[in-house]
Amino acid sequence: MNNSTGSTATVRAAGVNIKDLRKSYGSNEVLKGISLTVEPGQVVCLIGPSGSGKSTLLRCVNLLEQPNAGTINVGSFEATDPDVDLNKMRQSVGMVFQHFNLFPHLSVLENCTISQTKVLKRSKSEASEVARRNLERVGLGHLADRFPDQLSGGQQQRVAIARALSMDPQLMLFDEPTSALDPETVGDVLAVMRKLAQEGMTMLVVTHEMGFAREVADRVVFMDAGVVVEEGPAENVISAPTQPRTKEFLRRVLDPTHIGVEEA
Amino acid sequence: MAMTARQRAKVSLYVQAGIFVVAVAAVIIAVDWKTVGTSVFNFAKIGPMFPDIFLVGLKNTLIYTALGFIVGLSGGLLLALMKLSSFPLYRWLATGYIEFFRGVPALLVFIAFGYGVPLAFGIQWDVNIIVMVSLGMVAAAYIAETLRAGLQAVPKGQMEAARSLGMPHWRAMVSIVIPQAFKIVLPPLTNEIILLTKDSSLIYVLGLTASQYELTKFGRDGISSLGAGLTPLLVAGAFYLVITIPLSLLARKFESRSARTKR
Repeated sequence: MNNSTGSTATVRAAGVNIKDLRKSYGSNEVLKGISLTVEPGQVVCLIGPSGSGKSTLLRCVNLLEQPNAGTINVGSFEATDPDVDLNKMRQSVGMVFQHFNLFPHLSVLENCTISQTKVLKRSKSEASEVARRNLERVGLGHLADRFPDQLSGGQQQRVAIARALSMDPQLMLFDEPTSALDPETVGDVLAVMRKLAQEGMTMLVVTHEMGFAREVADRVVFMDAGVVVEEGPAENVISAPTQPRTKEFLRRVLDPTHIGVEEA
Repeated sequence: MAMTARQRAKVSLYVQAGIFVVAVAAVIIAVDWKTVGTSVFNFAKIGPMFPDIFLVGLKNTLIYTALGFIVGLSGGLLLALMKLSSFPLYRWLATGYIEFFRGVPALLVFIAFGYGVPLAFGIQWDVNIIVMVSLGMVAAAYIAETLRAGLQAVPKGQMEAARSLGMPHWRAMVSIVIPQAFKIVLPPLTNEIILLTKDSSLIYVLGLTASQYELTKFGRDGISSLGAGLTPLLVAGAFYLVITIPLSLLARKFESRSARTKR
């Protein structure tokens, strides 16, 4: 991976190592022993039907969900160690949510500076500079003084990406980043993510955008009912899946008009 | 017999207007206007109330309300956070406090802190302190519930986003959740201040010196000294409106503003 943008420093990428991860809500086990490795600088897309546990898996990586068993290593942090400095770890893990979760009482610029000044203790001017650089990076430098509710969904999501990038993360988690967007704004967000991947950012992406996964992901992981059914290079899993469950899912996603028409 | 919708609406309007006219006429006939003139609307004799109704009555009502509100707001925030705490004892304490102080009349709280506490501990509190504690502790119970609802109305994703950026829990509360909660509770909070303004009159149960009189006590004092019947009380009542109506308008403005930003 080469760093193509002159204005951004080379990304210090961190890898992720997940072993035998289990997570239950009451008696309902949603993750049934997941193992997954993301090498530094790799892009891994998690695909699968809703309820398959892919979002839960993603949220376990920065401990928004507490796993019941198994280990997660993020860079030099062992996330599942009870004594881990969670706040420190999360500073190096950017998270982008389906519903953006921008702070509505703060301007676009303040959304990108607040954690820099309050957590990283950067000066106001340094934080603004970093924020503006990252807003330029997602193509929204001119909207720095707006408020989130004055932006379109696609713009809000790009601000959310800039907000995460302003903490200089070594890993980015994306939880269905385009699922809540109007179709015509999806492309802008995917373009930003593609650029990020080219710059060498480690990315773990839960997505339904098969085109994006095929083009950008180094590896694609297909999950169903809390287990990894199939994983491998994007062209293998998406274009030539071997497992019946993967085939069925992809047929439904890629050609939704044929649902139920032909029984395999 | 069958009427069109328009005819029915017309008849309904006439009936309502008729009831109003009859009610007003009944009041006019029933009232003893001569007595009312000398002892309720006797504005000729109230001159001596001015300017002290501003300098003493209105001033003290504002001071007492402000003192009560400061304690009520900080206490209310503390109780709201306790109610949302992960430590069960805090939740129980807060619930007990809120149930108690919402359940007993504010008047009894004034008596307890005005007479009970000085008796029990052998100390004499300044009037300002008594108001601050009594009014504040009652207000805290109401404000706590308002704030708790506000804090819970902030979407969960806000806390998650803040924590994902590496903020500790307290920092996420202070910088992200509480500011949004305050925006949500601004209208109901303004209503709490209105209630507080009126409750500040309960201080009459304590022995006050003339310079400590607030609006109601000031009006009652006028009844006995001016010989204008209840007129001074009517004037004092009007002065409450001087405080509460602008607050109402303010609350309405907040409400329409937050309705507009919520797309």
